[in-house]
Amino acid sequence: MRKRAPLDLTRSVITAIGVTLLAYVCLRAALTVVRGSYSATTYASQLIFGLAQGGIYALVALGYTLVYGILFMINFAHGEIFMGGTYVGYFVIDACARSGLLAQKPGLALILTAITAMATSVTMAVLLERVAYRPLRRAPRLVPLITAIGASLFYQYSFRGLFGTTVKVYPDVSLHVGRIDLISGRYSIGSLTVRPVYFVVFGMAVVLMAGLYILIQRTKLGKAMRAVAEDKDTAALMGIDVDKVIVATFALGAALAGAAGVMYALYNKQVTHTMGFIPGIKAFTAAVLGGIGNIPGAMLGGLVLGVVEATFPTLLGMDVQLKDVLAFGVLVLVLIFRPTGILGEVLSRKRA
Amino acid sequence: MATLEVLDIHSFYGSIEAVKGVSLTVEEGEIVTLIGANGAGKTTTLNTISGIIKPRQGRILLSGQDITPLPPHEIVALGICQAPEGRRIFTRLTVLENLEMGAFLRRDKDGVKRDLEHVFALFPRLAERRHQLGGTLSGGEQQMLAIGRALMARPRILLLDEPSMGLAPLLVREIFRIIREINAQGTTILLVEQNAHMALSIANRAYVLQGGRVVLSGTAQEIRHNPEVRRAYLGEVS
Ligand SMILES: Nc1ncnc2c1ncn2[C@@H]1O[C@H](COP(=O)(O)OP(=O)(O)OP(=O)(O)O)[C@@H](O)[C@H]1O
Ligand SMILES: [Mg+2]
Repeated sequence: MRKRAPLDLTRSVITAIGVTLLAYVCLRAALTVVRGSYSATTYASQLIFGLAQGGIYALVALGYTLVYGILFMINFAHGEIFMGGTYVGYFVIDACARSGLLAQKPGLALILTAITAMATSVTMAVLLERVAYRPLRRAPRLVPLITAIGASLFYQYSFRGLFGTTVKVYPDVSLHVGRIDLISGRYSIGSLTVRPVYFVVFGMAVVLMAGLYILIQRTKLGKAMRAVAEDKDTAALMGIDVDKVIVATFALGAALAGAAGVMYALYNKQVTHTMGFIPGIKAFTAAVLGGIGNIPGAMLGGLVLGVVEATFPTLLGMDVQLKDVLAFGVLVLVLIFRPTGILGEVLSRKRA
Repeated sequence: MATLEVLDIHSFYGSIEAVKGVSLTVEEGEIVTLIGANGAGKTTTLNTISGIIKPRQGRILLSGQDITPLPPHEIVALGICQAPEGRRIFTRLTVLENLEMGAFLRRDKDGVKRDLEHVFALFPRLAERRHQLGGTLSGGEQQMLAIGRALMARPRILLLDEPSMGLAPLLVREIFRIIREINAQGTTILLVEQNAHMALSIANRAYVLQGGRVVLSGTAQEIRHNPEVRRAYLGEVS
C-alpha cells in the first residue's frame, strides 16, 4: 500500500488541475451566455457546422479505431488516405464539370466522384497494409509506428510529385431538390443563415456510420472482425483467414475516409497534398477522445470534437484561431478524468 | 487408412525446442490421448498440427496429404478443428456468435442449423444463454462453448486441449461423457489431458510425452497398467 502513495499523489494533482480547468471552462462559458454577447442564432449556426465537421472527423476516426482495434497500431498514414481519395476525386468531378455532366446530372457526378475517391483510398490503404505493415506484424510496436509516419510522407510526396503543388479547387455543385440547392445554397431564416450542405454532410455521415455499425454487428465479416480483434490465433483455429480480415478492416476504414474526403470537399473546396494532415490529427484525437479501438467511441468522439471546435471559441471568448488549441485542450481534459476515453474500456480488461 | 499422421516434428519458440521429434498417428474413429506433465509439449504439438506453429522439421499428413505448409484456416477447411487450451472463447461475442465462428467456413446453411441444434442438445446450458456474451459465462460453460464451437466446424478430427482444466469433478465426468458421445457419433478425437486417469478411461490409444519427446505409447489399457505411468501420472505411491 505504501508503495502506491506517490502514484496516488500524482493522480490527485492531475485531478486537481483537471477540476480547476473544468471549473474555468464552465465559468467562462456561463459568463458568455449570461452576458448575452452572442445571439442564439450564432450558437445554432455554429452547432450545425460543428455537427457536419464532426461527422467528417467521426468517419475518419473510425479508420484509426478499426485498425487499432485489430492490430493495436496507430495508422498515422490514415490522414493521407483521406487526402488521396479527395485528391483523385477532384479529377473526376473536375472532368464532370468540364464535360457538362456536373451541371446536367449533379447527383450522378457526385456518386462517380465518391466511388472513385473511395476506390483510391481503399487501394492506398490495402497497398500500405500489404507492403509496409504486414511484414512488421510481429515487430516491436514502435517499428510500425515509425513506418506509418514514413508511409505518410511517402504518400504526401508522391502526390506532390505526380500532381504538383498548385491548389486544386473542387468546382461548385448545384444539386436542387425542389427549390433548395442542397450543396451550394445559402438561405436566411430570420437572422440565421443556413447552408443545407452541412445537413447533407451530417446526414450522410450518420447513414455511413449506421451502415458500418450494422456491418460490424450483423454480418459474418463483422463478426469475424470482432473475433480477430479479440484473439487472432483462436480466430485462425476457427477457419478465419486472419490476413483477409485485416485487409478488409483497412479497406473499410479507407472507404469511409474516401467518402468523408469528398463530403469535406463540398464545403472545404481546396485540395492539396498536405490537406490530410490536420483532419487526420483531429480524427485521431477524436478516436482517442472516444476511446481508441471503440467504434461507437470514434463516432461520438468525432461529433464531440466537431461541436467543441465550432462552439467553444465563442463560448470561451477566445479567438477562432485558437480552435485547434481548444480541441486538444478538451482531449487533455477528458483524458484526465477518463484515461481510456469517453467510451473506452478499462485497459486492464483487455489482453496485453 | 490412417487419418492423421504426425511424422517426427520439431517445433521451436525462438531458439527453444519445445517439441523434439514427436511422431504419432490417429486412426479414423479413434480417441487418442496425449498425456504428459506441464511443459511436456502437448499444446505445442496440437498447435503444430493446427498450423499455428510451423515445425522446423517433420511433416503432418491428413489422409496422406501433406498439410504442414498450409495456413491454419485451410487446415480447418480440411477437417481438423481445435478447442484450444484455456477455452479461448470470444468474450465479446455472444454464445451464438461464438458458435457461428466455429462454422465460419461452412456454406451449408441447413447443416449449420442442424449442428447448432445438436450442440444445444449436447449442452442445454448454452441454449439458455445463447444471447449472453461469452465473457459472462462460468468456466464450465465456457468449456462447453469451446467444445461446441469446435464441433460447429463439423471436423473429421477434433483436437481437444485439456477440456477438464479447472472444472469441478462432476463437470469433468460430464465433459468426458460428452467427448465419448461426440466420438460415438463419428468424430475422431485427439485429446490432450492432465487428467490422465479420465483420459485413459475413454481413449483407445495413448502417447506419453516428456520433455518434448514421446516416451511411451500403446493402447490405453497397456498405458494404464504401466508401472511408470501409474507412479508419475496416475498419482500412485509405489
Ligand atoms: N509462447 C512460448 N514461448 C516460449 N516458450 C514457450 C511458449 N509456449 C510454450 N513454451 C515452452 O515450450 C514448452 C512446451 O510447452 P507446451 O505449452 O507445449 O506444454 P504443455 O505440455 O501443453 O504443458 P501444460 O500441461 O502446462 O499445458 C514449455 O517448456 C514451455 O515453457
Ligand atoms: Mg498445454
